[in-house]
Formats: sequence, C-alpha cells, structure tokens
Amino acid sequence: MIPELGHFALIIALCIALVQATVPLMGSFNGNRPWMELARPLAYGQLTFIAFSFACLVQAFVVSDFSVAYVAVNSNSLLPTMYKISAVWGAHEGSLLLWVLMMAGWGAAVALYSKNLPLAMIARVISVQGMVTIGFLLFTLLTSNPFDRLFPVPPEGRDLNPLLQDPGLAIHPPMLYMGYVGFSVAFAFAIAALIGGKLDAAWARWSRPWTTVAWIFLTIGIALGSWWAYYELGWGGWWFWDPVENASLMPWLIGTALLHSLAVTEKRAAFKSWTVLLAIAAFSLSLLGTFLVRSGVLTSVHAFATDPTRGAFILLFLCLVIGGSLALYAWRAPSVSSGGHFDLLSRESSLLMNNLLFSAFTILVLFGTLAPLIYEAFGWGKISVGFPWFNKMFVALSPFMVLLLGIGPLVRWKHDAVLRLLGKLWPALLLTIGVAVWVAQAEFAASHLWVTVGITLAAWLLLSHLTVLFERLKNRPGGVVGGLKSIGDDVRGGGRGFYGMLLAHLGVAVLIIGITMVSTFDVEHDVRMSPGDSYELAGYRFEFLGATAVDGPNYNADRGHFLVYRGEDTVAELFPEKRAYMGGGMPMTEAAIDAGFLRDIYVSLGEHVGDGDWALRLYYKPYVRWIWLGAIFMAIGGLLAVTDPRYRAARVTAPMPDLAGSAVKA
Amino acid sequence: MKARQKRILFVVAAVIGVSLAAGMAISALRGNISYFFSPSQVMANEHPSDAVFRVGGLVVKDSLQRQPDGLTLTFDVTDNAATVPVSYTGILPDLFSEGQGVVAKGRMGPDGVFMAEEVLAKHDESYMPPEVADSLQQSHVDGVVEMVTQ
Repeated sequence: MIPELGHFALIIALCIALVQATVPLMGSFNGNRPWMELARPLAYGQLTFIAFSFACLVQAFVVSDFSVAYVAVNSNSLLPTMYKISAVWGAHEGSLLLWVLMMAGWGAAVALYSKNLPLAMIARVISVQGMVTIGFLLFTLLTSNPFDRLFPVPPEGRDLNPLLQDPGLAIHPPMLYMGYVGFSVAFAFAIAALIGGKLDAAWARWSRPWTTVAWIFLTIGIALGSWWAYYELGWGGWWFWDPVENASLMPWLIGTALLHSLAVTEKRAAFKSWTVLLAIAAFSLSLLGTFLVRSGVLTSVHAFATDPTRGAFILLFLCLVIGGSLALYAWRAPSVSSGGHFDLLSRESSLLMNNLLFSAFTILVLFGTLAPLIYEAFGWGKISVGFPWFNKMFVALSPFMVLLLGIGPLVRWKHDAVLRLLGKLWPALLLTIGVAVWVAQAEFAASHLWVTVGITLAAWLLLSHLTVLFERLKNRPGGVVGGLKSIGDDVRGGGRGFYGMLLAHLGVAVLIIGITMVSTFDVEHDVRMSPGDSYELAGYRFEFLGATAVDGPNYNADRGHFLVYRGEDTVAELFPEKRAYMGGGMPMTEAAIDAGFLRDIYVSLGEHVGDGDWALRLYYKPYVRWIWLGAIFMAIGGLLAVTDPRYRAARVTAPMPDLAGSAVKA
Repeated sequence: MKARQKRILFVVAAVIGVSLAAGMAISALRGNISYFFSPSQVMANEHPSDAVFRVGGLVVKDSLQRQPDGLTLTFDVTDNAATVPVSYTGILPDLFSEGQGVVAKGRMGPDGVFMAEEVLAKHDESYMPPEVADSLQQSHVDGVVEMVTQ
C-alpha cells in the first residue's frame, strides 16, 4: 500500500509541476497577481509531495519490503539500517528520485528566501524550475519507477553493491546531487531573466549566493568521491579521469567560471550575456553528466540499445533543455546591452581570462570524455582515452590559471597600469623566484621538474594573496598590525566575501602541493608476504603478522595484521580486510590507512596465495590529504562568501555595493 | 585603442588560443588512446604489434594460474570464438573472476601472450565487447531474476 501511495504522490507532484510551469509564467506576462502569487505555494506543495514519495521509498527499504522490485535488487535484510537508507539512492531509480527531491528542495528554498525579489521574477524562476521538474518526473514515472512491484515476492533481497556500503558513499551522492541540482537555480534565474528581457546587476546579485551554495556542495561532493575512491577501491588512486568523475568535474569547472563571471556582472554590469550562457552551460553539463553516467552511454555506446526507452528519453530531454535555452538565448541575448567598458589590463579582463581558461579546460575534458563516442560514431574503432592525456591537458593549462590567479585579485576594475601592479607585486615575485631557485637545487626535488613547478606555483599563490591581504590591511588604523587584529571584526562585518576569496584561492595552493607531491613521490609496491615477513618501503618497514578470519554483520572477512616501523619506532598498526559479502558473494577490499598530515601509509590485501601467504599492496602516499584539504578550504571560502551580510540586505536594487576588493583599490 | 579594436584583439587572441589548444589536445590524443580488439581480431593479427591496446572478453573457467613468484598470473580471455592467453603481474581487481568479463590493457608479447599492464573487471556489461556483452547481459539478467525469485 505505502509504495502505491509513494507512486501516487509522484503523480500528484507531476500535476503540480505542470501548473507550476505554466500558471505563474503566464501571470507574469499579463500581470495577473494571483497567478504569480501561486508560485510559492506550488513550490512548497511540490516539495511536500516529493518528500512524501521519497519517505515511502525509504520506508520500503527500512522494513525490507522485497515486493518492491527496486528494494529487492538493491537491499537485503542483513544490511545495517544506515545502509538500507543509503541504498535508496544506490541505483538508478532511487537516485533519480533523490534528484527530484533535491530539485523540489531548491525550489522551495528559492520560494522561501526570495522575499526581496520582484514577484514577476520569482514567478518566472519557479516556473522554469517547474519545467525542469516535469522532465525529471516524467522520466522517473515513465522509465524508472522505483515503486514497481515484483511478483512473486522474493524472500530475500539481492544486497546493495558492497562498494556502496560505506559512510563516505552514503553522503557523497547527496552532496554531489545538491551541487548538480543547485545549478538549476542559477539556470532558472538566467532563463527567467532572458524571458523577462531584463539582465541587470540585480539579477546577478540574486543568482550569486545560490550559485555559490551549489558550487560548495559540488566541491564537497567531488572531494568526498575522490576520498572514497582512494580508500574504498583498494588501489589508492584519488582521481582517475573516469567518465563518471569527469561528469562531475565539468559542471564544477563551468560553475567556477560562472561564480567569477557573476562577480563582474554584479559589480560592473558587464559580461551579462556571457554569464547567462555560463549559467545555461553549468546546468546543461550537470544534466549531461548525470544522464550520460546513468544511462551508461559513456562507458558503452550500447547502453542505448539495452534500454532504448531510457536512452531516447534522455536524448529528447537534453535536446529540449539545451536547445530550448540556447534558442531563447539567441533570441533574447542580443538585445541585452553590453555593460561597462574596460581596458585590456583590468579586473574585468583578468576575470574574462579566468573564464576562458576554465571554459577551455571544460571543453577539453568534454572532448576527452566523448572521444570514444565520436570515434565509434565515425567508425574509427573502439577506443579509450588514457588518463595521461587528461593529465597533460591539466598540466598544460593550470600554470596559466595559477599565474593569473595571483595577479587577478590585485588588478583594479576598469583600468589598471602594469607599473602600479609591479609596484605592489614585486616582493611576491622576487620571493617566488627565490623559492623556485631554492626548490630547483634542493635535494628532495632533484631531477623532478614538476616538483619545482608545482611548489613555485603554490608559493606564488600564497605570496600574491598575502600581498592582497596586506593591501587591504595597510590603511587600517594601526597599520598592518592593527589590521591583523581587526580581521575578526572584518570577517564579522562586510569583509566575508574578501576572506572567502582568499581562503578559496589558498585552497588552490594547498591542492597543487598535494597533487604535485603525491604524483611525484608516492611509492606503490605489490608484494607477496608470508606471516613474519618484513618489507622496506619509503623508509618504513612493514611487518606482516598474518591474517585471521573475522565475521561482520553481513560479510565474512580475512583480516591482515601489520606493524609499521620507522627505524625502531612503531608508527602504525594496520588491519586491512578482504571481505566476502553474503548477499552476492562479492569480494571487497577494505584498505587500512594510517593517515597523516604529511603522508599516508596504505595497506590493502590482495589475494590469499596459499600457506598463509598474501599478495599485498603497500603504498606510501605523501601529502595526499592536502588534495582534500584544498577542497575543504575552497568550500569554507565559498561558505564565507555566501554568508556575507550584504546578501541579506533588504534592498532590491542596490547601489554599487562595497566591493570586496575596495581596500585593494584604495 | 578603441573599444572595437580591443574587442577584435580579444577575439583574435581567443581564436588563436583555442586553435592552439585544440591542435595540442588532438595531437596529444593520438598518443594516448588505446584501441579495443576482441580475441578473434587478435588471433587474426589485426592488432598493432608495437602499441598498447585493449583486449576483452570472458575469463575462461579454470584457466587462472598463479606463477611460482606468487604475483604473476596467467589466464585466458575468450569471445567464444577465439582465445588469447594473458599474463599480469600484480593484484587483480576485486571483481575479477573466472567466467566473468574482463578488459586487459597492454601489449602483445613476442610469444603470443598478451602482457597486461592493467586489468579492468566489472560486473557491468559496459566493459564487455558487444558480442560477449549480449550473452553476458542475458546471463546477468537471468542471474538477477533467479536471485530475486528463488
């Protein structure tokens, strides 16, 4: 009964979405206030029904109702309750429902936190969201209904994929989806503005916090995914340029460009049509990514053949969203006046360069991801693009991004002079060169060119942003020292955006150090060890004490026992496991990691090769934590920026706000 | 410089930048792609002799053998028409098992044994060559139905 209620609630939600997509929009054209005012209650109703439907599915999982096919395939009565719940989004149908739930959640949030927006605008935004929701609800109901019954009812479920039975993966998809779907708000704002023909600074100001929040979620989601892959897949990789990863990276890259472009649009009323285009692109890439991954098109062209309805629906929906919004763009954007003029050397130009670099990188990733499809389509054979290619592209572009990133925050809006910039930046420049020379001749970096490059770039970011901070603080009462003391007040006051920027950019430096060090200096050995054996690796001695059998709630495992020594000191005791899950009999490697700020020690069990001997993986991963630390910095930076009090100001059309970089300008 | 000239300069710079990047990207792609060949194609010598490529199919039952060093493994990959012997040193992925689909990336050795550098195994039909995938897809579906209905 309850699953049917859930199904029914989805159908009602679809009906609401149909009204939501049309009535407020029409009201905004003929000035019908009651119709426009319907937008908010409709958004709340949408959330209510979808949340109810989602709760029904959760209930089916919690009580292990195997008469529901989706539950039978993805759960098991032995599964711990936490994973029964996370199993809800463990496969296609449920994750689609999660997506729709979040979409409705964002819609309700927009309705709730938009008291300062003109009614016509909010009506259009919520209508556009209604249109997207229609697409997803139809997709769910027609091709991927999670509430389908199964007869005869099986006594036991098939089990959740063991890879997904992990706390990291329980929260990773919701985070990622919050990011993907969050870009629908920026998208809806952009489309609403295009429909209204009014793109102005106020529009950018409204979209900005929403975009930032979506970006924060996406940042955390990607970092969680990378971290999960690192410890759960058992081979210690943190980024593989897998199509699934690329699908999340592309919206992030374009979303990052959008964040910066919105800043220009808000403050200088420039780049308006470009910003709109980015907002459309960010959400389209979210859609493309999710759909390509979910339909399996990326890993195999034949996924369309295996489920023709789903594939066809996906294509149709993508064409409608991307084609429709681009057509609207082509029709409306030319009428948008281009905003303030600026010189070749100006904050605008440097942000434009940032946008171009991010877009170029996105296009490269998209190209590399779709290349197998292109080759197949032209009959050039079945290929896969190796990750060295992506690495090359990343290494080719990122130095330019970083160099620019060091200069950008110091450049004035509209017009600046090279000499003025040099006057500010020379200490940072000299120190960076000093660091480069020091690293280049240092023993640890010997013959590793990329270590020199990476550390130099990170140093450049740190030093140039210290300069930025200095420029902001030097005119405070009491000079820089007094300024440093007043940072707390500054953060509580109007300076959050500035410190958010600073922190996010430093996150890039941290990330660069992490990537550089772990890529160059990690040591990975596959070895065979007997109980009592020792193996020396990167200055650590791994002693294998043997493996014993242990039982978990829904698996049996072999648990290895290791002692890791550095010299005479024991630095870690590790217990990696090899599990066999009862549901599907699927084996799973649980790596044991001794995490540290400067290095991880990583042991995973390969196979029992007889007589108590094991094939093992022993890894030494220096600075790997810095990769995720960098992402955390970026997310906190975004959080600071989005909580800047100026977004709470109850002004609809604000005068040019106090710029984050105003002190720099002074 | 007038605004118009500046804009033109921007556009020209952007076009040059994009073309350079595209040229670089495509030329780099050539060296980094690996083609897929089925065991039948490999047996017909259609594969490159000096380049990395991928071969995929089902792991032949009872063909997995561990060499005396304890880390090198050999197994046969088949598409039910031809069989290629594969050798791999290291730890196989969790989902590797006999009778399941696998894709190995590496080079053909002089002795006709495929020297794999990387082995991918998934219960996911998308990593199968299409011919094998069809039959696998079928057995996969059967397996699910069997498991859920038993």
